[in-house]
Amino acid sequence: MDWINATIQGTLLGGLYALFAAGLSLIFGIMRLVNIAHGDLIVLSAYLALTVTMAIGVHPFLALVFVVPAMAVLGYALQRTVLNRTMGDDLLPPLLVTFGFSVIIQNALQIGYTADPQKLKAGAIETASLSIGPITVGVLPLLVFIAAIVVIGALQWMFYKTALGRAFRATSDLQDIAQLMGLNRAHVFGLAMGLSLAVTALAGVFLGIRTSFDPAAGGSRLIFGFEAVIIGGLGNIWGTLAGGVILGVAQTLGAKLNPGFQVLAGHIVFLLILAVRPRGLFPRMD
Amino acid sequence: MSETILSISGLDAGYGDFQALYRVDLSVNAGEVVAVIGANGAGKTTLMRSVSGLIKTAPETVVWQNQGIGALRADQIAAKGIALVPEGRQLFKSLSVEENLIIGGQLGRKGPWNLRRIYDLFPILEERRDVPATSLSGGQQQMVAIGRALMSNPDLLLMDEISLGLAPVIIKSIYDALPGIVGEGLAAIVVEQDIAKALSVSSRVYCLQEGRVSLTGASHDISREAISRAYFGV
Repeated sequence: MDWINATIQGTLLGGLYALFAAGLSLIFGIMRLVNIAHGDLIVLSAYLALTVTMAIGVHPFLALVFVVPAMAVLGYALQRTVLNRTMGDDLLPPLLVTFGFSVIIQNALQIGYTADPQKLKAGAIETASLSIGPITVGVLPLLVFIAAIVVIGALQWMFYKTALGRAFRATSDLQDIAQLMGLNRAHVFGLAMGLSLAVTALAGVFLGIRTSFDPAAGGSRLIFGFEAVIIGGLGNIWGTLAGGVILGVAQTLGAKLNPGFQVLAGHIVFLLILAVRPRGLFPRMD
Repeated sequence: MSETILSISGLDAGYGDFQALYRVDLSVNAGEVVAVIGANGAGKTTLMRSVSGLIKTAPETVVWQNQGIGALRADQIAAKGIALVPEGRQLFKSLSVEENLIIGGQLGRKGPWNLRRIYDLFPILEERRDVPATSLSGGQQQMVAIGRALMSNPDLLLMDEISLGLAPVIIKSIYDALPGIVGEGLAAIVVEQDIAKALSVSSRVYCLQEGRVSLTGASHDISREAISRAYFGV
C-alpha cells in the first residue's frame, strides 16, 4: 500500500514538473529555442508573487492576476528586443544568450532578495488533505496536478484549434513561407515566448507554495523540466505531462527506497529512457 | 494601354556574397500575365523572392503601385497584394489542406477569392480538406499552393515553376485552370522552364540568362531561335 501511495504522490508531483516543462516544450516546438533561463524565470515568477503578496497582502493565488500578465509581457519584450536577434540556423547563440539571462536573473534576485530561502504562504490549503480509502492526498498537490492538465489541455486546444495555434504551427514548419502569409515571425515568436512565460508564472507560484525557494533554485527546475520534455518526446505536449509524471513517480519511489535517492532516481529513469528511446516515448517532431 | 502596377528597375540581388541578379528591369501592367523563362540557375527564383520580400533590396528598385517596396518585409508586401506560389510548393506540413488555405487568407484582404471558390476551382481539395497537406499527391499539393496564394486576394500572383516535378497530364490540368484564375483582372508573373507552357498563357515574356534579362518581347510573335539564343546564350 505504501508503494501505491508513493506512486500517487509521485504522479501528483509530476503535474508540477509538467508545468515546469510546458513552457519549455512550447518554445522549443515553435522556434527551436532552448531556453536555459527557464528555471530562473520560474523562480523569478515566485519572487514576483512574493513581492505582490507582501505589498498588498493578497493570497498567492490572487497574485497570479498580476504575475501571469507581467511574465507574459516580459516574455514578449525579451523575445522582440533580444532573443529574436539571436535566432537563425545556429542553435548556439540563443543558448548562450539565455544562459547569460540565467546568470543575470540569479544575481539580480540575490541582490534584490538576498540568498535567504523564501516561501509563499497560502494558508490552510497547504496542509489540507483528502482521504480516498486508505490513501490520503494533499489538496495542494491535487490542485497543481489538475492545473497542469487544464494548462496542457488548453495549450493543445490553442495549438490545434485556434488561429494563433495555426500561426505557431505554420511558423514552426516554414518561417519564410509563413511570413508570405502575412505572419511576421518576430511577432509570432514574441507571442510564443509570452505564452511560455505566462505558464512559467503559474509554475513559479505553485513552486513557491509547495516548497521554499532561493535565487539559485532555478537550475534544478530547468533540469526537471528538460527531463520531462525529453521523456515525453519532443513536440508532444501531452507527452510532456506523461514525462512529468514518470519523473515524479521515479523520484518519489526513489525517495521511498532511500531519501537520498530521490533526485538520483529521476535522473536514472531519464537516462534509461533516453538509452532505449532516444527520441522520447511519444515523439512528434524530427 | 493599361497602367504599370509593378516596375522593377536595376535590380541586383543575391544570397550573401553570391550575386544572382544583375540590373534586371521588368514591368507588369494591370491584368497582364508575364512569363519569365530561363535555364536552371538563371535567377528566376531569386527574382520571385526579391519581389515577394523574402530577399530585401534597395527600396526603390521594386516599385509596386507607385510605392518603393524593396526594403519591406514579406508580410508587409503580402498585405499590399502580392502573393507567391513558391517553388516546390512549400506547404505547411503540420496544417491540414483546409488550414493551409485558411492561413493564406490570414490577411483578410477583400476580393473574389474564398474557401468556397477555391473548392469550386479544385474540387478534389474539398474532398481531402482534413488530411495533412503534405500527404496529397504532387499535383494536388500544387493546387493547395495556388489556392493558398489566391486566398489572400492578391492583385499580383507570382507563380514559381508550378509545373516542376509534375506529370504532364497534371501540368495540363493546372494550366487549364489558369484562365479561370487570371481572367478577372488579376496580374501574374509565371516563372517556367517549360517554354511552350509559359508562352501559351502570357502576353509578354522575359528570358533570364545568368542573372540578366537576355530577351523580352510579346509572347505570340517571339521566334524560337531568339528564345534558344537568349536561353542558352549560343
